[in-house]
Amino acid sequence: MSKRSTWVLPYAIFLAVFVVLPLVLIAVYAFQDNSGHFTLGNVLRFFSDSDAVSTFALSLEVAIETTLLCLLLGYPAAWILANKKFGFTTVTIVMFIMPMWVNALLRTLATAELFSILGFTLGKGTLLFGMVYDFLPFMIYPIYNMLLKMDTSYSEAAEDLGATPVQVFLKVTFPLSLPGVYSGILMVFMPTMSTFAISEFLTNGKIKLFGTIIQENINSSMWNYGAALSLVMLVLIGLTSLVTGGSRDTNVGGVV
Amino acid sequence: MDKFIIELKHLSKSFDDKKVLEDINLQIRQGEFVTLLGPSGCGKTTILRLIAGFLKPDDGSILLEGKDLSDVPPYKRPLNTVFQRYALFPHLDVYDNIAFGLKLQKVPGEEIEKRVRKVLKLVSMSDYEERDVESLSGGQQQRVAIARALVNRPKVLLLDEPLAALDLKMRKDMQIELKEMHDKLGITFIYVTHDQEEALTLSDTVIVLKEGKIQQTGTPADIYNEPVNSFVADFIGDSNILNGIMVRDRRVKFLYHEFDCVDEGFGENVPVDVVVRPEDIYIMNRTEGSQFTGVVKSCTFKGVHYEMFVMTDEGYELMVQDYNAFEIGSTVGLIIKPQDIQVMKKERVCNSYRGVMKGADRVEFLGAEFECVPGDFKEGDPVEVEVDFRKVDLMDDKEDGCTYGTVASILYKGNHYFLRVKTESGEDIYSHTQDVWDKYDTVGIKILPQDIRIKKLTGDE
Repeated sequence: MSKRSTWVLPYAIFLAVFVVLPLVLIAVYAFQDNSGHFTLGNVLRFFSDSDAVSTFALSLEVAIETTLLCLLLGYPAAWILANKKFGFTTVTIVMFIMPMWVNALLRTLATAELFSILGFTLGKGTLLFGMVYDFLPFMIYPIYNMLLKMDTSYSEAAEDLGATPVQVFLKVTFPLSLPGVYSGILMVFMPTMSTFAISEFLTNGKIKLFGTIIQENINSSMWNYGAALSLVMLVLIGLTSLVTGGSRDTNVGGVV
Repeated sequence: MDKFIIELKHLSKSFDDKKVLEDINLQIRQGEFVTLLGPSGCGKTTILRLIAGFLKPDDGSILLEGKDLSDVPPYKRPLNTVFQRYALFPHLDVYDNIAFGLKLQKVPGEEIEKRVRKVLKLVSMSDYEERDVESLSGGQQQRVAIARALVNRPKVLLLDEPLAALDLKMRKDMQIELKEMHDKLGITFIYVTHDQEEALTLSDTVIVLKEGKIQQTGTPADIYNEPVNSFVADFIGDSNILNGIMVRDRRVKFLYHEFDCVDEGFGENVPVDVVVRPEDIYIMNRTEGSQFTGVVKSCTFKGVHYEMFVMTDEGYELMVQDYNAFEIGSTVGLIIKPQDIQVMKKERVCNSYRGVMKGADRVEFLGAEFECVPGDFKEGDPVEVEVDFRKVDLMDDKEDGCTYGTVASILYKGNHYFLRVKTESGEDIYSHTQDVWDKYDTVGIKILPQDIRIKKLTGDE
């Protein structure tokens, strides 16, 4: 054993205590009833709990809408930022990333306050606004990174072979930036699925998302059902990662 | 056959105030294999990118079959490029990479298939259609890149150092294949390289560039045998470049000896540069019958020939190549035949600048003040300043000189080095020195007052 392998130890302990153990605990709680006996009841209860299922469907809908909006807004932004001919400097790029320096909770509270001053009714519209506002940088950054690193000779080669600027984008630039897009989708979709603070503040509790239900269950000491719901969500997020993860072999390095 | 397919007229290009190309004029015939040759930074790739349309010239025009290309975007130019690092699309397989251009032109599917197959056969990659381009070796990627360009039947194929990334053996094979493809297809090739051997092997015409200017245009044999200046002679092949004096027509003096030569029209007693290729110096063990003699200093086997350095009795070091080895330390006789002596006009015989008097004994030029011998000048007089090459002293410490600069080029002239130093003001100063310097060394420049010749500027020039 080389000495270097002992360097791994602190990280291994960290992972065991803060990642593996909680996951195991979630699974254990999810498959137990109140008296500690094994049961599938909690998981099955979710499927018969129409309230939970419809909340789940709504969360999924909001997450998909947020992700799509972020993609529609974020891709052009990333493209413009990465294109040197528009003359954007690092300062502009930092300004796009800067909102992330402020705690998301504070930003959300401030946004909610702003909406109430402006007299907007809090509802799905304001919820989506808040979601997009909070998660847009996570979409822009990996795409921007991907576009910035892309060898310009690819687009030159396409142009050389007769592609108009639009065709260059559709046939070369966009397909080659897909790893960045997948990365962005994951980084937006996953947290929007589980968030509860944004929906609480920006809809005044009118709209409940899946994260809210989990929080409510756990707050009211319904540990087993809460754990089962968490497990359902984990599985779903895991599936999304698998679907988009197939094309993630290109190293994106998008995490800010 | 005298139809020009590409013409460059007074082409200039600068990047951030730095002139990359200056007044380039060039005519390329239909079907020619033309090579742009020069060291890195000479502007050869810029010319190619201007022709392809990726860059716009600051000045001048590019004509394709007599029509101005200025307002034609790259995707409408009937030219195709083979990029230095191939630029194959990683998300497409070999077939789709090659079919890319044809699909854009809406060529019918059947014909696309036929043409892709044919071009794959041409580059000997027939069984690779389905392969992922990133799984191919460098040489195979190169072939696909060539196929992708050729399948569109361009009028001109532009190649930007296409073989630079390949190993030597592969490069040699590809050179032969490229030449064969060119002969077979009859397409005009414009080829960019810094490899002089590649240029000589492949081309019908070689264009030698240096710092954005064309130095010489000619057939490989012309360029090799009759370099127009010492830069070309030094860049193409091995050579002995020496200072000489043209005594009269067909008679030149160098190495302290007079030789017959074939050049005329230089005038009498004019300083010239003389180039003798190392394989053109005849070397023998006896000294009788020789024109001059020397002692062998080193002898290295180079595969086919031996490369020797011979110190002449007068102290010049010459490179000599011969099929036979000569013993180190032995005295040898040497002969140079008249037709093997290439005489070139000297580009300059002394440093010459515009200056301004800063006092009776101070003159400003090269962006610095120098002390000089007081003469018939007043402060503020514009003057012409001349300094002989051998009077320019280079110092280790830049503080020791009156000004300083960076060594930009070095030419060995048998018994001294001829250096070009770029000063802070952006001007060049040339120095004739015995000291060994490296390129990019920072040197102090010192000139003694008595070595600065000052002349009144005459006329309003």
